[in-house]
Amino acid sequence: MRFIFKTSYAQDLRLFRDDFQRNWYLLLLVGLLALPSVVPDYLIDISLVFIYGLCGLSLMVLAGYTGLVSLGHAAFLGIGAYAHVFLYQDLGLPWLLAMVLAAAITAGVGIVVGLPALRMTGIYLTIATLAFALIIQEVLTHWEFVTNGLKGKAVNKPDIFGLTIDSDLGFYFLCLIFLAGGLWLTRNLLRMPTGRAWVAIRDSEIAAQSMGVNLALYKTMAFAYSAALMGIAGALFAHQIRFLAPDIFTVLLSIQFLLMVVVGGLGSLHGAIFGAIFVAMLPVMISEARDAVPLWFGAAFSLFGKDAGDAVFLAVDRFVKQPGLEPGIFGLILVLFILFEPLGIYGRWMKIKTYFSLFPLYKRATFKRQKSYMKSERLR
Amino acid sequence: MTFFKADGLAINFGGIKAVDGVSFEVEPGQVFTIIGPNGAGKTTIFNLVSRIYEPTEGKLIFRDEDITRVPPHEIAARGIARTFQNIELFEHATVLQNLLLGRHAHKKSNVIEELLFLPRVRKMELEHREAAEKVIDFLDLQPYRDSLIVNLPYGVRKVVEMARALCTEPKLLLLDEPSSGLNVEETQDMAFWIKDICNLLGITVLMVEHDMSLVSAVSDRVLALNYGRPLAMGTAREVQEHPDVIKAYLGE
Amino acid sequence: MLNGLAVGCIYGLVALGFVLIYKATELVNFAQGDLMMLGAFVCYMFVVWYDISYWAAFALAIAIVSLFGALLDAAILRRVIGQPQFAVVMLTIGLGAMFRSFASMAWGSEIYTLPTPFSAQQTMLGAVSVSHEYVSIIVGTVVLCGALYAFFTHTKMGVAMQAASQNQLAAYYMGIPVKLVFSLIWAISAGVATIAGVLLAPVSLIDVNLGFIGLKAFAAAVLGGFGSIPGALAGGLTIGLIELFAGAYLPQGFKDVAAYVVLLLVLAVRPQGMFGAIGRKKV
Repeated sequence: MRFIFKTSYAQDLRLFRDDFQRNWYLLLLVGLLALPSVVPDYLIDISLVFIYGLCGLSLMVLAGYTGLVSLGHAAFLGIGAYAHVFLYQDLGLPWLLAMVLAAAITAGVGIVVGLPALRMTGIYLTIATLAFALIIQEVLTHWEFVTNGLKGKAVNKPDIFGLTIDSDLGFYFLCLIFLAGGLWLTRNLLRMPTGRAWVAIRDSEIAAQSMGVNLALYKTMAFAYSAALMGIAGALFAHQIRFLAPDIFTVLLSIQFLLMVVVGGLGSLHGAIFGAIFVAMLPVMISEARDAVPLWFGAAFSLFGKDAGDAVFLAVDRFVKQPGLEPGIFGLILVLFILFEPLGIYGRWMKIKTYFSLFPLYKRATFKRQKSYMKSERLR
Repeated sequence: MTFFKADGLAINFGGIKAVDGVSFEVEPGQVFTIIGPNGAGKTTIFNLVSRIYEPTEGKLIFRDEDITRVPPHEIAARGIARTFQNIELFEHATVLQNLLLGRHAHKKSNVIEELLFLPRVRKMELEHREAAEKVIDFLDLQPYRDSLIVNLPYGVRKVVEMARALCTEPKLLLLDEPSSGLNVEETQDMAFWIKDICNLLGITVLMVEHDMSLVSAVSDRVLALNYGRPLAMGTAREVQEHPDVIKAYLGE
Repeated sequence: MLNGLAVGCIYGLVALGFVLIYKATELVNFAQGDLMMLGAFVCYMFVVWYDISYWAAFALAIAIVSLFGALLDAAILRRVIGQPQFAVVMLTIGLGAMFRSFASMAWGSEIYTLPTPFSAQQTMLGAVSVSHEYVSIIVGTVVLCGALYAFFTHTKMGVAMQAASQNQLAAYYMGIPVKLVFSLIWAISAGVATIAGVLLAPVSLIDVNLGFIGLKAFAAAVLGGFGSIPGALAGGLTIGLIELFAGAYLPQGFKDVAAYVVLLLVLAVRPQGMFGAIGRKKV
């Protein structure tokens, strides 16, 4: 059983809790740097994981830490992507400047979305963000001057200060750098008064006000920061998919982001990353499963004879190859997580860690939620 | 200088006059208690003072400044802090984080500095931490420093609530039923703390309370309310013996 | 004009489903639109695959989907009571996705037509030709709303539902069978969704994505005030008419977003809608 001794106030303020934790993360960094040599064919997919990581970070700040749940974050991704491409390709601005401006534009839109949010609570805000996302999708479709509408827009490779990133490897490191940067900035904000104010808004607005937190200001800031992160992610996303079209940024994508945050574990940055890995890898896993599962079933049932095996194989194959299965699986995973593991992957990870650190004194009741009755949130 | 004065405060909720023509003045360094049966409007007065509600009539003056129209989030900076009757702590944060939030009113860093974690900001954070630790020492909260609020018993939460209010370095502290839900020993501790807050820290206390022994022990002046209207004002003894007050509590 | 009113009635009915569940359990059921889709498909299945008469199929569909709604509550929703609202929103979104998947696997992902006694029939009312389909929608809505209104204001069960929504523990103490009440509410809501789906089917055809109308019905529910039953209907009608005028007078593309713009405006300016009320926590 480990016990963490604290010897100074500065220790609580540090980025990593102690040297032990810091070394683990350094190891992780080394691993990530070495990863390209191990799986060189998957670098583009892993870059998507990093981009989704930024998206998860963005939504985690807004929904997990400030308690403002947004069902329309894919719209911010779209705004960031189109703004960046327009500024970089059509207007010819330098890449970094285009990205910064795209983030600023997205942040501006975020503030505009946040303005009505100042007067809304809980579910109303969620619905408002949904409505907003649907409106933005229409705007992106019809504003042909900027977005080329439904015809779509091809995206060139990024060219930063004269250095063209045309390899998967280069893009991988670019995304990794941005993700690390985003994590660092967010971690900074969260251990500072701003982050605490956000958590206060989530837990008790009235008490937060009494402590001097200007609700309107901090909620707007949360929206702006979250949107800015999405803008940056959008710019990278545009380069990753190489071709932009308005029907990429749908409500379903927003739901996937929310899935990321819930499955990963609300209220922690680790959760955002776990969730991002999960959601980015899920389509890959599903398509692998689609090929593998019928084979397994067929092999299992062939113990009863070849005909049985073949029949089962065909039946399962037909079932699994149907279109429209994927959203169903997403839905199922979401439902299962909410029912059985509301703390998400990070919560499960914490439980496992606690088990090992308390061994053999671990009790299952440590994390058991109190049975609670529903109290009206309308009077909140 | 007028330290704190409520002048003809009144508020309507629909047709109900929750507070009707309440006036009182608090001298610095005093403990001023408001008593009254349930529903008399005591917490409503607190909500008016911390500007959560808007009064329909009346004025509030704090340190010679008219604060009747000040937005709620600026009250803490002016030096008024409060606790809540039904504890409003930040449930999913630790005690320390709650207390550090109490320091928010004294925040001097801006977002960009925080984003980049400049040395200046780091120094300010450590100062805030020192101030919070002083309050932890004062109220003996050391064992609970890193506990999540959800895991704490009710008595401790009440103390944390008070600690958080103290972290704002207030000049006027509003305590809403500090002894509700506490047993006899905890109430005695509370009495000592209130007296210490007043005498050692020099903070003026405005209190709502039901427990008459606590009221008699610590109060300098008492105001009795019923149905939103003032009944009697004076020392604890005077108010308790006032015929209107006895009628309100015990009937005819 | 009738067209706009009829569409508005549909929005109103789906919005009604939202409001019912919200009033009783304070949960927002994002799968309401998909329940409507399921109802329409089940009725279609009975009429087209099993050759049952329209009205019998209608009744069967209502019964089956209502039961399904109650089961949904008993098996799944009950477990998340006490969790923050956000979790339940996610849960219903997930369920909605599952329903869509199930529908596309069970019935196929094409567009289907439901033959009804009102299809393609018209009467002349003066100089205006009135389509029976639209009339059926409006009449059906009015009848249903009247029945529900009577139920909630004049029966013990209706009042019990309101009590259970405000403070569950207290409702238990008062002897209200809270679990039964909740399941009943879900059953009613699913039934209303089915009626909406079947009434809508001749007009908009049945396909897996029928549930996305639910999003516009949201706007209707919010406009009417999320806790108000007559409000849901009023909101639906208003949105239907607004869409009609937007389509006629505004440039292309505005018709689709009109509902959402209205939603945002209402939320920004008057969040309690036309008839609702927003409480405030008492500290």
